[in-house]
Amino acid sequence: MKVLSKLCVAVALACGAAAAHAQYSDNVIKIGVLNDQSGTYADLAGPGSTVAARMAVEDFGAAKKGMKVEIVVADHQNKPEVGSSIARQWFDVDKVDVIVDVPTSSVMLAVNQIAKEKNKVLLDSTGGSSDLTGKACTPNSIHWTYDTWALANGTGSAVVKTGGNTWFFLTADYAFGHALEKDTEAVVLKNGGKVVGKVRHPFPSSDFSSFLLQAQSSKAKIIGLANAGADTISAIKQGAEFGIVKGGQQFAGLLVFITDVHALGLDKAQGLLLTESFYWDLNPQTRSFSQRFAKLHKGAMPTMAQAGVYSSVLHYLKAVEALKSDADGAKVVAKMKELPTDDPIFGKGSIRQDGRKLHPMYLFEVKKPAESKGAWDYYKLRSTIPANEAFRPEKDGGCPLVKS
Amino acid sequence: MSEIFGIPTQALFGQLLIGLINGSFYALLSLGLAVIFGLLNIINFAHGAQYMMGAFCAWFLLKKLGLSYWWALVLGPIIVGATGVVIERFMLSKLYKLDHLYGFLLTFGLALVIQGLFRHEFGSTGLPYAIPKSLEGGQNLGFMFLPNYRAWVIAASLTVCLGTWFMIEKTKLGSYLRAATENRELVQAFGINVPRMITLTYGFGVALGAFAGVMAAPIYSVSPLMGGDLIIVVFAVVVIGGMGSIMGSIVTGFVLGILEGLTKVFYPEASNIVIFVVMAIVLMIKPAGLFGTQR
Repeated sequence: MKVLSKLCVAVALACGAAAAHAQYSDNVIKIGVLNDQSGTYADLAGPGSTVAARMAVEDFGAAKKGMKVEIVVADHQNKPEVGSSIARQWFDVDKVDVIVDVPTSSVMLAVNQIAKEKNKVLLDSTGGSSDLTGKACTPNSIHWTYDTWALANGTGSAVVKTGGNTWFFLTADYAFGHALEKDTEAVVLKNGGKVVGKVRHPFPSSDFSSFLLQAQSSKAKIIGLANAGADTISAIKQGAEFGIVKGGQQFAGLLVFITDVHALGLDKAQGLLLTESFYWDLNPQTRSFSQRFAKLHKGAMPTMAQAGVYSSVLHYLKAVEALKSDADGAKVVAKMKELPTDDPIFGKGSIRQDGRKLHPMYLFEVKKPAESKGAWDYYKLRSTIPANEAFRPEKDGGCPLVKS
Repeated sequence: MSEIFGIPTQALFGQLLIGLINGSFYALLSLGLAVIFGLLNIINFAHGAQYMMGAFCAWFLLKKLGLSYWWALVLGPIIVGATGVVIERFMLSKLYKLDHLYGFLLTFGLALVIQGLFRHEFGSTGLPYAIPKSLEGGQNLGFMFLPNYRAWVIAASLTVCLGTWFMIEKTKLGSYLRAATENRELVQAFGINVPRMITLTYGFGVALGAFAGVMAAPIYSVSPLMGGDLIIVVFAVVVIGGMGSIMGSIVTGFVLGILEGLTKVFYPEASNIVIFVVMAIVLMIKPAGLFGTQR
């Protein structure tokens, strides 16, 4: 429960000669994995993200290149004040150079400001709010894996186009839920749909029956779940009990991770449409990465959030290597934007001026139990949204870094 | 359609019923706490963890032994209750002479350890547990769709709560228990094995928590955190009802469930704090709780 700011692993030891040339701050590149280690979002990011970060350091070959990389981990408990104080402690006292992962948009946005103030780096994989590359963008942060705009654009428009034109939102009452609701509502309205109601539930919640009843009496065709993790699972599970789907209404899970589908079971999750930027069974590279990951993480396949941590750490190390320095956060991020990205997770990609990492997004449908060949075989690919359409156009975000 | 405060009456009835269902869990859990506090003077902070263990027990029985929900409903409380007996025998029994705080610290520590172990083993997302076949589906009541399982929860919880109240307040066994809390030595002098009675009482209180856990398994995800999330609210319920008051904990459990349900309609954002607001107000007016007596 308490903040366990613990040193997890010293991955590489510098070999004498090479270390003499490196000019890394205090000779160590220190990566802080800041996420929810024990709560609602612990399975979709949590310890798995640490595993992914460690794999990235290993695959980069830091030890061979004479770079000393250390990973530290802490639990922000999904609370902005806890996250902020860890971030300050890390930057000021523990000499952490970059913070990665950071689920929970409210925490992400708080850490974002601190990273800028201290001129360090934030590579956010799991936080959702598209504000990170909008009005809150900074020269020190990159939004890596997905964002609320991309989710809304993927799932929202697909659902409206297949006839789901009246919506009721079940929204987690904090920054992420609000952003997801706002972005999805815009997509729904743009495609000619209508929003007939919304209710904001406390985060996290375990009982959704009351909210589901309100959604039911709204008669909306689609119940949009603007929440994540255990909240989404409970809502869908309890929705089945109240006969939501049998009554002709449908859920749209706006942010669903593969761990959520795993927890729901295919008979409850089947048919769900969802948007993700990564699935373990996409191609030979993702499969080989995921199988290595699963071996290190109790047999669980990586979520897009965890895969994103791998990808972001790898690219960060490439940029630091090219710069031969990790001292100036803004310079490292500028270098990261300059270099093209390439990894087994997302393939080739790039990073925009506003800090948006670009890669394709995928619209998946959850398989029926009969279609699945076994554990973790859950998704069917419905369509691929190319990188240039997957994310909000740079000019619409209102990021001050973008020169028009 | 008629309306009350801008909410259609029908929707309101639905929410009242939902509140009653949640109240069933509050009542069951706070009852277990009240029994333990009333008779042992121990603030059992491990109650949430024991509730969670009940749910996990159901999951295990189904997954590993293929035993159905109904078996779990009987075996779950017995198994978890037995662990309670062990805890009382070897740990809690050493603390009765000491301040309340020690029992509280011990059970709080136990709760953290148990939750941590389960989290380490099963992760935090939770495991699926299906509603038993015979209770699937639901009734259309006109104003709402009532799942059969939830109706069963209300009925079972009411029966168990009232049964427990009856046993403690109206039977001979109950009178021994109550007498033993008043004056342990005197009751022992009459030839009653008080330590064993206390051990079994703790086991029974824990079993009540586990029973609630088994009932919760099909509704909520079976997850290591399910108890930790709930226990704080349940403590507030116990405090409002009056520490140790059996009837108080039952009535406040149901009433606060309904109150919370109504808050979810009128101002959903406040639904997770309304119980604590009530607690603050009650403590200001009646520091011993609604049904409690000053000790």
